[in-house]
Amino acid sequence: MNNNKDRIKLAHGSGGGMMADLIQDVILRYLDAPELANLDDAAELVIPHNRIAFSTDTFVVKPIFFPGGDIGSLAVSGTVNDILMKGARPLFLSLGLVLEEGFLIHDLRTILQSIKQACDYAGVKVVTGDTKVVGKGDLDGICINTSGIGSILPGVDVSGSYAKTGDSVIVSGDIGAHGIAVMVKRNGLHLKGDIKSDAKPLTGEVLPLLERYADSIHVLRDPTRGGVAATLNEIADSSGVRIYLDESAIPVNDWVKSVCELLGFDPLYLPCEGRFLVFVDSSASVEVMSFMRDTCGCHDVSVIGTVEGESSGEVLLRTISGGVRILDMPVGELLPRIC
Amino acid sequence: MNELRQIRENSLLQGLSRQLQSVRLSEPVTLMEVCGTHTMAIHRAGLPTLLPPNLRLLSGPGCPVCVTPVSYLDTACAIARQYDVTLTTFGDMMRVPGTDGTLADLRSEGYPVDTVYSPFHSVTLAQQKPESQVVFLAVGFETTAPVVAASVKYAYDIGINNFSILSAHKLVIPALKILIDDNRIFVDGFLLPGHVSVILGSEPYRFIAEKNAKACVITGFETADIIQGILLLIDQVQKRDFIVAIQYRRVVKPEGNTKARAVIDEVFESADTEWRGFGVIPESGLMLRDEFGAFDASERFPVHMEMHNEPVGCRCGDVLRGYIEPPECPLFARGCSPEHPVGPCMVSTEGTCAAYYRFSRLQGDI
Repeated sequence: MNNNKDRIKLAHGSGGGMMADLIQDVILRYLDAPELANLDDAAELVIPHNRIAFSTDTFVVKPIFFPGGDIGSLAVSGTVNDILMKGARPLFLSLGLVLEEGFLIHDLRTILQSIKQACDYAGVKVVTGDTKVVGKGDLDGICINTSGIGSILPGVDVSGSYAKTGDSVIVSGDIGAHGIAVMVKRNGLHLKGDIKSDAKPLTGEVLPLLERYADSIHVLRDPTRGGVAATLNEIADSSGVRIYLDESAIPVNDWVKSVCELLGFDPLYLPCEGRFLVFVDSSASVEVMSFMRDTCGCHDVSVIGTVEGESSGEVLLRTISGGVRILDMPVGELLPRIC
Repeated sequence: MNELRQIRENSLLQGLSRQLQSVRLSEPVTLMEVCGTHTMAIHRAGLPTLLPPNLRLLSGPGCPVCVTPVSYLDTACAIARQYDVTLTTFGDMMRVPGTDGTLADLRSEGYPVDTVYSPFHSVTLAQQKPESQVVFLAVGFETTAPVVAASVKYAYDIGINNFSILSAHKLVIPALKILIDDNRIFVDGFLLPGHVSVILGSEPYRFIAEKNAKACVITGFETADIIQGILLLIDQVQKRDFIVAIQYRRVVKPEGNTKARAVIDEVFESADTEWRGFGVIPESGLMLRDEFGAFDASERFPVHMEMHNEPVGCRCGDVLRGYIEPPECPLFARGCSPEHPVGPCMVSTEGTCAAYYRFSRLQGDI
């Protein structure tokens, strides 16, 4: 057993007894899928239907613990949500851990615990995994890769390139909280207020929606890196359409607004890890929105825009004053402003 | 905060917006927003699509990063290359091209360059790393000068000897004088900077209204503030009744902030300084007083450099003087974009070219 001060050593990744102990005593205590238990070289899976969604993502968030989550919960929800955005029910995950020599085993346990919780919440199982240890200084603590497989729901056909003229653009809730939670923690800013990342697996929100409105939904995307602005630009570009957004309809929590103002960020560019965008036939938009709010638990759901005609792919924002301007792709890093 | 909430009321904003659209001007009117934050706010709000015919908004030299000359960046880079120092800077400076690349390039080569939110973070860094020298790149107008002065004073008081600043601080009034005397452009009125005026108050601008017959309105940064400021300027121009009005009353007092000015005066004295696009403007910059000379990075880390080269074809200087609007520059959106900026006006979050590019480059098509 480990105490709170025990750290990862290079030998934990060497394939010997210490590695076996780490896997048995630490990792498998949190991950208990039968497919994983016999530690074969690969998992044997039974997958319903023949249309599979397969996705992978690697997580290097800094700080690894942030208000409302940690790198573990993020690694699960990130891949689970990517699978959902392809219209699929997430089923199985792989988990690749790369640990820096000296990483606290206590912290690893905390991360594994939140991986387990997020998997339970999302209804997925970790069925295969890998652990590597690298030398001190070769990595900043921990890096996690998750890949996942899901089964695409019958009748569902969604893609970022399927936006159509006349579609309504719906966002499932208020935007930017994850970006702000991480930025505030990363920069050690001491700000009062209820700060919490929105990161979570979206299974409970997305699956009922897909089961009910498969025919009306053309695009599903989660606005992660680059936020709503980048995601909509990608959709406009790959669908060859012009998207008009209505600024007054975009839900932003007051706290996020205040911090954005203080630091010079625009919430439209901040990553969300527990929100999604839906493009639906405009004739269905009111009904879809009510369903999302009443049945899927998306309390702040809002129709934020429309697709208006084919073009080379722009996103335009009608501001509250009635002016119109471009909503561009983000540029460079998120930087603090000068004055 | 109630006043802030009021100015953000959608109904107020939409009413002002309709008022602006219904203005009828018999003669062309040109207004200049001096401050880069205004330029950005104007384009971010889509205001160019709401302006009535005959009204033109021109951007001025109020982006601190943009008016910082190539020679300053080159000096900063040379100090980093020739001495064992950590450069600290506000984020906006990171991507501004110097003769041999940007601070971001320098960092990617392995030289320590950290972005900070405040010069006090640099002092803290110096305290945490007593074995290394920390240089803060002090760029900005009267808004940032007080906090930089306070950080130098603090470092002086507690006896920190591994912190210094490279000052490129600029003063707004001398640049306004140059713009007013410039025969190549004619401006009917100035949308004056809100934050700078918090420090300066309204008095230093009086000569612009009284001697030069230009409309002057010190204006805030909410969209409703800016529309109100524009409407007040138009009113002055139409009535030919020129005064320094304060639209931004919830923050700006006529007398300004005397304490902030006192700390600037205690630490800095005015000096001739170079502005990109303008050349050297007399008494338009701030240098450390002798008493604080030990904190002057240019003294502590002397560097010798060859020529400073402006980027070829870049017309940032003409943009900063109001001679051209960004789309008139041959590089605009053709080789110069926020992803691949050639000049500083395309880099900075307050740069005029960046504002046009990011928010208004489809003008005429929306």
